[in-house]
Amino acid sequence: MRQRIVVSGLGGQGVLFLTRILAEAALHAGEEVLTSETHGMAQRGGAVVSTVKVGPFHGPLLSPGEAEVGLFLVPENLAVHGHFLRPDGLAFVNAATSTGHSTLDAAAVAAAAGAPRSVNLVLLGFAAGRGGLFSPPEGFETAIRVVTPVRHQAQNLAAFSAGVAAAS
Amino acid sequence: MTTRVLLGNEAIGRGIVEAGCAVAAAYPGTPASEIQEAVAAFAREGALPIHVEWSVNEKIAYEVALAASYTGKRAAVSMKQVGLNAAADPFMRSAYLGVKGGFLVVSADDPGPHSSQTEQDSRFFAMFAKIPVLDPGSPREAKAMVQMAFTLSEAYEIPVMLRPTTRVCHARQAVPLETPVPLARVARFEKDPTRWAATPRAVLTLHRGLTEKLARLAADPALAPIFLAGDGRLPRTGLIGSGVAFAHARDVLEELGLGTALDLYQVRVPYPLAPSLAEAVRGRYDRLLVIEESYPVIELQLRERGVEGRLSGLVPAEGELTPERLRGILGRFLGLPASPTPPATAAAPGARPTLCAGCGHRAAFYAIRQTFPRGIFPGDIGCYTLGVNLGAVDTCHCMGAGISQAAGFYHAYAQDGPDFPTIVATIGDSTFFHSGIPALANAVSQQARFILVILDNGTTAMTGHQPTPALGSPPVPIRNVVRGVGVGFLRELDPYDLRAFTACLIEADRYMRSEGGGVAVVIASHPCVLQVGPTEGGAAHPFEVTEECTGCEACLADVECPAMRWDEATGRVVIAAAVCNGCGVCVTVCPVEAIVPAEGGRR
Repeated sequence: MRQRIVVSGLGGQGVLFLTRILAEAALHAGEEVLTSETHGMAQRGGAVVSTVKVGPFHGPLLSPGEAEVGLFLVPENLAVHGHFLRPDGLAFVNAATSTGHSTLDAAAVAAAAGAPRSVNLVLLGFAAGRGGLFSPPEGFETAIRVVTPVRHQAQNLAAFSAGVAAAS
Repeated sequence: MTTRVLLGNEAIGRGIVEAGCAVAAAYPGTPASEIQEAVAAFAREGALPIHVEWSVNEKIAYEVALAASYTGKRAAVSMKQVGLNAAADPFMRSAYLGVKGGFLVVSADDPGPHSSQTEQDSRFFAMFAKIPVLDPGSPREAKAMVQMAFTLSEAYEIPVMLRPTTRVCHARQAVPLETPVPLARVARFEKDPTRWAATPRAVLTLHRGLTEKLARLAADPALAPIFLAGDGRLPRTGLIGSGVAFAHARDVLEELGLGTALDLYQVRVPYPLAPSLAEAVRGRYDRLLVIEESYPVIELQLRERGVEGRLSGLVPAEGELTPERLRGILGRFLGLPASPTPPATAAAPGARPTLCAGCGHRAAFYAIRQTFPRGIFPGDIGCYTLGVNLGAVDTCHCMGAGISQAAGFYHAYAQDGPDFPTIVATIGDSTFFHSGIPALANAVSQQARFILVILDNGTTAMTGHQPTPALGSPPVPIRNVVRGVGVGFLRELDPYDLRAFTACLIEADRYMRSEGGGVAVVIASHPCVLQVGPTEGGAAHPFEVTEECTGCEACLADVECPAMRWDEATGRVVIAAAVCNGCGVCVTVCPVEAIVPAEGGRR
């Protein structure tokens, strides 16, 4: 299995958390994984990007045009990080209106699921539910349990499941 | 043995704990901060009695850990690369005097740079200091090299540097974990004044000993470069690399179908470079390329003719060696045709970082800018460097420099007459402890006149909320330090009260210019909203924009709050209630009083 994923959003939206879940899910799927994250000043609301490489890679970064999958937590970032996608790559986008890609109003779904801050997990569930990721949804549920503190587990799993449900 | 997905910095921290380190000191800074957090977390997890401290700066962290190693125990110090500049003094001499217990220096570089004031190469600093340096290319390798560094350090009685870069520090990978085994060593400092208090005459002898150690270490076969023989498709062609740049070069070659086509050498110890490398490549290649970040450390030591790299101009002198740039470099090196389609580039730069909604710094900066429209504003390093977006930070140089620069501006302007501009320096609480205190003592004793606003949010926010001495036990209150260095004007208040804060700035300006006046200090205290949230942080109700809004956008320009945005549909500014922390700074800015407490009151 080889899959290169770009995760794009704004500092504070949980891009790092999503990256951790993707890495953990890869480990549980028995795959090698390397990720790269944005820390520091950009986390104060600036555009941030993570890359996830599942498979036998050596370094964590991607070249433009390499990513098979993109998760975009804000549609504005399609113009910032969309160039990392392959021409046939799949983008999953949180947006209230159509973007020309697989789009979900993840903010609305998250709010309805009682987890307004979990837009990231809703979008992850949406992408997994559409079969776009290296692991089926169950693999990510396991990863969410591993990575999330107990007190937030139910809410995080609910947000993820709401995303999966929105995919069908 | 178990495996866990770890951040590179967590892997390094885990390695430090597994190696039986007894004393770990650090000062936070991106991309190094999570190393010490991980040491603390793994020590807690294993109930290990490691002394883990966030020191006030890197120099002090270095000296604390170094002395611990004199007692025979293992010690580690971690910092970002510019932190090593602050620790340069003890760093340089520690090579000569050497160590007893294994002593690891982690200096994390930031090619790019992404979150630093330079993209300097710590490996060069290691070469300057004559200290061996290891260059990992992944989290897994970084952890293994921590163990290797401690072993080397004890075998040669020398400090050893581990130099990860951002893409190792902030990469995640599954890393094998071993059970930490405490070394059960008892502290024993053996007095030897000719070494630990070496006078210049003894230093020469120590220097000779260091040169001899380095020659032995460079010839150590266990440290030789790793050789990956090519399959002959690209004959007489070789690539020498180190760190994550080497890892990315391998990915690029594999993507091109040339992963095994040429000879590869991975250098794990860029300084001192093994003489065996030069011997191995001499006469063997028609084409030889060196890939390393960020300065030509291997290349300069290799001294072979015809080597391609930074010195030959094939590799750019500046910037990170991303896979995209490596594709171009390798393509030119191997004479490959350029990609048929030019690689896509980003169409937009993306949102710039900004202070959080409700950040106390925003209120302070707004008041400073409004009160002194002709002022000069030396700034400093932390979240509050973002005051540059608000026109309230004119300089940012290095830790603590804002205070010294304020004094320098004053002395230059004051020579021209008494009508000098008001100079307002800003510095955060952690940075004040790091390097601000000597600068303030200097400014006071040199009779400089300026206003110093200490932005006290009770934490080191930028790097993940590490504590400052003001939160220590016993605490070292900032006000006591300020009084102690002889400042004659000191006020402490919450900048959320904009009216009082502005009045205080005017009072400070008057004092600063008065006969017998000097440096005026205002401590702007408001806890970091990321730590305390809106309810404990002061005002507790969000604000909203009424239909009175004329769309002038004054609030967007002057306050730059992430809770506010322009709404095309209504032609008004809107405030996101879920983001607003209720600081109320925008209320003051609105010329038509269209910003009011939101319906529903407190939350």
